[in-house]
Amino acid sequence: MSRRPYVRPVARATWYMRQPRYRIYMLREVNCILVAFYCALMLAALAALASGQPGRWNEFLSGQQHTAWMVFHAFSLVYFFVFQTMAWFQLAPKAMPLQVGETLVPAAAIVAAHYLAWIVLTLIVFWLTGVF
Amino acid sequence: MAIAKKALVWGLFAAGGTLSSFLFPALIALFLLISSGHVPDGLAYDAARQMAASWLGKVVLFGILFLSLWHAAHRLRVVFHDFGVRADGVIATTLYLLAALASVLTAALLLMI
Repeated sequence: MSRRPYVRPVARATWYMRQPRYRIYMLREVNCILVAFYCALMLAALAALASGQPGRWNEFLSGQQHTAWMVFHAFSLVYFFVFQTMAWFQLAPKAMPLQVGETLVPAAAIVAAHYLAWIVLTLIVFWLTGVF
Repeated sequence: MAIAKKALVWGLFAAGGTLSSFLFPALIALFLLISSGHVPDGLAYDAARQMAASWLGKVVLFGILFLSLWHAAHRLRVVFHDFGVRADGVIATTLYLLAALASVLTAALLLMI
């Protein structure tokens, strides 16, 4: 005697289109492509820097000076900030709840601390690279 | 052993996610500045080289790339699954291998400077 449980058919490649929260999940998860892409871009820059020829480094910099790159970086900045930085900070109090004595630190305080640290780190990066 | 492997992969994923969440907006903003023709003084050849030449600079740059690469590899593996590709063994091996190769390349390039 065989049991034949009902298996609800699920579209393997398009299942996330069914619900807004699944779509947001997918929009967030595909951001890892941007992480990989910028790692590759930094590796390319590092290779130019390690070549020891100022010309190769300057070629890399001037190769970036294109409207298409500008649009791409501007888009990536917003996309990354919304779907990685904001999402990760929002998750932090859930992943690492903080307890002081008997009470839990409010989630909003943990998230706020993350944003504060982010602003400080960003300013340090800008200072180190001579943006100001 | 299975648990230990999982903890290692997940630990690298979490560390890379935290690091990239904090630092990538600034890094992408630097690329945006460069692409708009305003190359910051600290990224001129001599200054950039000096930064990458110090041991602290090497360690920081390696840490950023190493952890972000592993973070991306681990998440890409899950994204493949989410898009209906059911070949986790091949995909996981390929992605972790790529992340490992890119990490070695990062270290080699940094040591050249």
